[in-house]
Amino acid sequence: MDSKLFPEGTQRCSFGQYLIWMAALTGIFLWGLYAAVLVLYNGIGTTGLDNYFGFGAWITFDLAVIALGAGAFFTGLLKYILKIKQLEKIINLTVVVGFCCYAGAMLVLVLDVGQPTRAWFGYWHPNVHSMLTEVIFCITCYLTVLIIEFVPLILEQKQLNKIPFIHALAHNMHINMALFAGIGAFLSTFHQGSLGGMYGVLIGRPFAFREGFFIWPWTFFLFVLSAVGSGPVFTVLIATLMEKITGKKLVDFKTKALMGKIAGSMLCVYMFFKILDTWAWANGYLPSVGLTFDDMFYGFIYGKWLMWTEIVLCGVVPAIMLVTPSIRNRPGLLYTAAILDCIGVSLNRYIFTVQTIAFPAMPFDSWQKYYPNWVEYATSIMIIAFGFIVLSLAYRYLPLFPQERKLNYQSGE
Amino acid sequence: MQVKEFKIKWGMVIDIDKCTGCGACMVGCQVENNIAPMTKKDPYNYVQALTWDRDDAANKLKVLTWLTVYELSNGAAFPNHETAYLPRPCMQCGNPACVPVCPVVATEKNEEGGIVSQIYPRCIGCRYCMAACPYHARYFNWWDPIWPEGMDKGLSPSVSVRPRGVVEKCNFCHSRYLDAKNKARQDGGDPMNLPDGAYNTACADICPTKAITFGDLNNPEHKVHELAKSKNAFRLLEKLGLAPQVYYMSEREWVRKQGDNYNADGGDHGAPSNSHG
Repeated sequence: MDSKLFPEGTQRCSFGQYLIWMAALTGIFLWGLYAAVLVLYNGIGTTGLDNYFGFGAWITFDLAVIALGAGAFFTGLLKYILKIKQLEKIINLTVVVGFCCYAGAMLVLVLDVGQPTRAWFGYWHPNVHSMLTEVIFCITCYLTVLIIEFVPLILEQKQLNKIPFIHALAHNMHINMALFAGIGAFLSTFHQGSLGGMYGVLIGRPFAFREGFFIWPWTFFLFVLSAVGSGPVFTVLIATLMEKITGKKLVDFKTKALMGKIAGSMLCVYMFFKILDTWAWANGYLPSVGLTFDDMFYGFIYGKWLMWTEIVLCGVVPAIMLVTPSIRNRPGLLYTAAILDCIGVSLNRYIFTVQTIAFPAMPFDSWQKYYPNWVEYATSIMIIAFGFIVLSLAYRYLPLFPQERKLNYQSGE
Repeated sequence: MQVKEFKIKWGMVIDIDKCTGCGACMVGCQVENNIAPMTKKDPYNYVQALTWDRDDAANKLKVLTWLTVYELSNGAAFPNHETAYLPRPCMQCGNPACVPVCPVVATEKNEEGGIVSQIYPRCIGCRYCMAACPYHARYFNWWDPIWPEGMDKGLSPSVSVRPRGVVEKCNFCHSRYLDAKNKARQDGGDPMNLPDGAYNTACADICPTKAITFGDLNNPEHKVHELAKSKNAFRLLEKLGLAPQVYYMSEREWVRKQGDNYNADGGDHGAPSNSHG
């Protein structure tokens, strides 16, 4: 029915099948939308957040998807600025995934901010000393860049591209894409960094506070490194998931392994500094404010196992797996390492968001527990459904994977 | 880290040994500052009526209490067990954790007197300041503020009410400061040199045991000036270097020790040089 719209020389499932799939996704999206309406209409009191946990599941979700969306800027940087040609086979997907992640984060922020209609105050009354101001600047500018990067892909849609003007426009945008990749890399680096800086500057929160370089606490650099150390493999996981769902080969394994190598190298650098930072924090900073490493943990939900899982099982282990060619080149192990890596960075964002504020700085105060409620889950799942919808549309109608024809419909290679 | 200094520095000295934990200060604060009580029902919101009830004041983690009283325990078993009560207003820190983090300059420490402001119409409700404050002195309006019928008649005309979705906190009853300065001007006095007691907060006013003393820490004619220098005086979490303008005092060592963390040996991390007064 809509086969004229498919990318050149590809096959897609029947329209009916596609409709059922999209209806299911839309259903999930609408459930989240209902929760979002409750938040906007009744107030954020609807959620599990409270005065001890002003930040919670939403901020964790934001930080995690933004870190995982880092594949877009980092792959863009390597492809367009450092000219690693192999990456053009996955670059379109990184842009779409990055767009979904950043647009999703923005949508969640609309709910998370108590007065969303005042969001523009970040531009109108900016506090240049606040890391969050930098976040507001970078996230909005970078989303614009991602849209600019996404547009040529839409313009290359088979039918649209037949119009000479659109064809020329898409072509010209492609030629200048290095400029946007550069701007994107700059913005996203600062954005990832300022998200980390947000926690590192909290002088009243010993769990997160870090010394640093000039105005940037160490967490600034750690967040950048952990994002580039996980974003590329997240894109690989998305590509693989799409292959499983569609039953087609979309990206050759060589490109996936290269993405794994890139992420693995960055992850190694990150783990080196992360371990150094944790050690210095535990042995230098904490004693200086009368605290010990043990004071930072409590019971099961704030236990040390979280940090060990993050640093060892989901940090050092995938780093080693990804930089070892014999492990990386086996699909099952590459995907395992990628999953561990992505869990690790998400766990890091959770720990920095929730444990930072759960630790009772005042000795007579007690640890409080935070449980997100269904409203926070539903709205977060809504964003995931949104991502699936965008990817489903992009896969069906846009030339997302340049290798698809060769890998599926032609013999050889 | 830099401590912001002013000619006038409004501060408090709270004698924990005098505090009985009666909670009058909390009530006084609530009434003075038009702090919304929490009600389960919102008769003006039909969507709310169709879904779930709101939190009422039973949820202590969502309630608005600019001033809250903590119960301290020495941790010993009977008969050596002792308790103490610690009222906690906003510390009006000299080096506030909350001010530099606000993305929209909705909270500032700029006015003579050193009170950390909160500008409700500018606050976007991101709650970053709440994440920054280790004293939990900041509160978020999780729900629309509602005063049950009749209670709205008791609202103070001097203090603006706050909408849902913004952060609020103790401001040392700032409207009383404006009133005191105006009165001084009318009476031919100097608004920049108010006599002790001319400006007092509601909590200090109402405290039945006079545990809370309020005044200008920099003015030798104000009682707090001396009290803050007492050997029993301390501030909360001094090692973090936030330099609060609220002091506590207690003759009991275990109470004083609970003002900061002493679990590890170590130096002062950025402790301010003006640790007293």
